[in-house]
Amino acid sequence: MHEMGIANSVLDAVRHESEIRQGARVLKVGVRVGELAAVDPESLRFCFEALVSGSDLEPLVLDLEYCPRRNRCRHCGEIFPATEFPFTCPQCNSEETVLAGGDELEFAYMEIEET
Amino acid sequence: MNRIPMERKVLSENDRIAAELRAIYERNGTLCVNFISAPGSGKTALLERTLAGFDAGRRVAVLTGDIQTDNDARRLARYGFPVRQISTGGTCHLDARMVQRGLEGWPLESLDILFVENVGNLVCPTSYDLGEKARVVVLSVTEGEDKPLKYPATFYRADLMVLNKIDLLPYVPFDAGLAHDNARRVNPQIEIVNVSCTTGEGFDAWYRWLEAQRVPVGAGG
Repeated sequence: MHEMGIANSVLDAVRHESEIRQGARVLKVGVRVGELAAVDPESLRFCFEALVSGSDLEPLVLDLEYCPRRNRCRHCGEIFPATEFPFTCPQCNSEETVLAGGDELEFAYMEIEET
Repeated sequence: MNRIPMERKVLSENDRIAAELRAIYERNGTLCVNFISAPGSGKTALLERTLAGFDAGRRVAVLTGDIQTDNDARRLARYGFPVRQISTGGTCHLDARMVQRGLEGWPLESLDILFVENVGNLVCPTSYDLGEKARVVVLSVTEGEDKPLKYPATFYRADLMVLNKIDLLPYVPFDAGLAHDNARRVNPQIEIVNVSCTTGEGFDAWYRWLEAQRVPVGAGG
């Protein structure tokens, strides 16, 4: 239910990027959303499209990359997809593992129109 | 087309304000605690009982967030400490800017503890850093033991889980041990206290935890 605010933050960043590049048009924005980010990608896309539609930012496109939770084993260093509790290392069976990714809510890239 | 790689958080503006708030708290030796739970888990009751146990001279204040009404602020104001309501007007979480506005004119240098009661919601408040030193998630025994597994993001980011309403354990089919295990599966570092805001059971452990989070005045600045 807070995806509208997050979509707004994405657009603020796009406008800012455009401003510091003398008004260059941003065509595409890449955003990574982690499983633990508490953000629903579909809802974020819906809000993003609703805000862009009819605005000066059209035809801006959102490229969402969903990042599943990964853990790193404290013993052997293996990084593995952490899908089911408990998070056991597939290499050495250790249960001593720590979060290695999946809480992202960050920009990956922006594509700017060549001028 | 020109692709520019970026390594920046989407909520960097929120995080910037949160960092400002954190610096202010540290400079003033104020411990800020952010309370997150589902609606009805007992955040306000926990705060009421906590305030009731403090000496009148204790330098404590509460910011409480809700979508509508100032009911919580009125409940909490009865204990004689400064309380302010943040009405979000529809927004399902507090963000750092709302807290910053909520604090306007408050002399933080005269506060040892600032409690921030988030909007009742186990999802959205998780994404928003409010500059707090510690994050508390409240779970009550009238909910499911599997809530930590259903809402891992919230439990993963919490420093402490308060298991509330334990006076009701004889009347509900709730396995407290299983709830603890589930919380630790999601977050092995999480600390846990069991409390009842009706009987006061567990409040010694809760106060001890709170005092352990205190930043000594003058430290960090």
